[in-house]
Amino acid sequence: MSFVFYILAAITVAGALAAVTLKNTVHCALALTVAFAGLALLFLELDAQFAGFAQILVYIGAVAILVVFAILLTKGSETPKDGVYSRHWFSGLVIAAGAFAVLGWAVIKSGGAVPRGPDGTPTVTVLDIGNALMSRYVLPLEIVALLLTAAMIGAVLVAMHEKEEKK
Amino acid sequence: MTERMDQIFVLLRQWLVGFLPEAWQAAAGVVLSVAAIVCLFPALFALTTVFERKGLARIQNRIGPNRVGPFGFFQPVADGIKSLTKEDIVPISADGVVHFLAPVVLVVAVFMGFAVLPMGRNMVLVDADAGLLFFFAVGASTELSVFMAGWSSRNKYSLLGAMRAVAQMISYEVPLLLSSVAVVMIAGSLSLTKIVEAQNHYTWGLPHWYIFTPWGLAGFLMFAIAATSETNRSPFDLPEGESELVAGYHTEYSGFKFALFFLGEYLAMFSISGLGTTLFLGGWSAPFSWLGWVPSWIWFFSKVMLSIFVFIWLRGTLPRLRQDQLMNFAWKFVLPLTLTNLMAAAAWRFLGDGWERWVVCSAVLALAYAGLGWAEMRRGHFGPRSYRYAE
Repeated sequence: MSFVFYILAAITVAGALAAVTLKNTVHCALALTVAFAGLALLFLELDAQFAGFAQILVYIGAVAILVVFAILLTKGSETPKDGVYSRHWFSGLVIAAGAFAVLGWAVIKSGGAVPRGPDGTPTVTVLDIGNALMSRYVLPLEIVALLLTAAMIGAVLVAMHEKEEKK
Repeated sequence: MTERMDQIFVLLRQWLVGFLPEAWQAAAGVVLSVAAIVCLFPALFALTTVFERKGLARIQNRIGPNRVGPFGFFQPVADGIKSLTKEDIVPISADGVVHFLAPVVLVVAVFMGFAVLPMGRNMVLVDADAGLLFFFAVGASTELSVFMAGWSSRNKYSLLGAMRAVAQMISYEVPLLLSSVAVVMIAGSLSLTKIVEAQNHYTWGLPHWYIFTPWGLAGFLMFAIAATSETNRSPFDLPEGESELVAGYHTEYSGFKFALFFLGEYLAMFSISGLGTTLFLGGWSAPFSWLGWVPSWIWFFSKVMLSIFVFIWLRGTLPRLRQDQLMNFAWKFVLPLTLTNLMAAAAWRFLGDGWERWVVCSAVLALAYAGLGWAEMRRGHFGPRSYRYAE
């Protein structure tokens, strides 16, 4: 655990905390982006280039923009005075803990799946990731692609429905 | 001698770093390279503003700036002093922190793109394994700063400009990425240095740049269109269309913060030109094998400045697009063509070295271009505007 790790961890945790405690929804979204960036830098610090860059590209470049667009296009950024805290926070906590447990279990179990260098650290290049995605994991990749296509067609249908009603 | 001129900046850095103790040398080398990038590109920006104003004036039959210094070449110095001494006005209802952070985030994100560009032989700050991915990742985060600027100003023109800018940047990022993917497929690497090396071969004195292949030419043209749009340059400068939105997302910025936005726009132009040069125009390699004695960095910067010249030329020549035309063009014309181009690149890869691949790829791309254009014109998508939300 190096010095850099503590700085990045502090940034990430602070961003995540700000995202759930700030009042203004757009501020929350921007704070969440800070948490995303901190996570990406943590990946990079662990020498996982592909994961880090993909995190920036997908989460900061696309998801954060989508979030702010959704906020602006629906209710506006003005939040009610009595706060935005949900009363179902306990069930949220249980679901988050469950998701974390499953992910942690998967990560611990996958220790043998990656090639390791002489000092025990995994040595995975972008080329390896590409090869794995196109050979061993090609079925999950295609399923994800199908799911995303279905979601996109659904979004287009929702948008088209509105147009037909007008006529 | 030619070898030494080629590597002059690398040698200079080694020599300067040599004065320091062993333990500091690696860090000092990085700091020196970063300082060079941070000094060089703003200097180029200052030069380019004069160049652009002069060029536009020439296109419009005017004289252009000619008062400060010889031929007006010290105009950027005067402009810089002006923007530093101007009052920094923040609207009373603006969101102070976000309003302040937006230009900073923009300039930082744009500067980071230069880290992976190979500007000459052995002249790259970070030779990342996934350099191209890094470039697009930091490029995508500029969208957020544009949104921050527009939203935090609490001004309808700012917000409209920001929404337009973000919608435009997202739409054109898809063709930008997909036209680059064709290069990655052929070069077999995401590392920008490897992509340059893959193009640095010569047959009969002529280079193997990707622009000289059917898929490369098509890819380069689409990359150039998407890059113009990504940098919000004319004819895609709707986000700051002054006749309708005052100045778009930076309406409420004055003084040095406005200068930072201006700097960010030009730096984005330099970095996207550098990427286009690296991907399609052979990066730092010479255009003819007998010109190999000219230092590699001269070629890189010549190609970048040539692209900047084309940007200025387009700005002086083309009228601005309309919002619906912009979106139709991105999603219904450029995107299908980039997808066809991916198929053409795959065919190029697997058809072997003969003449067949030239015929097949050219035919596929020409047919796709003609067919798409014909179909779109027939359906009238490029015709009069249909008002959907403003009836």
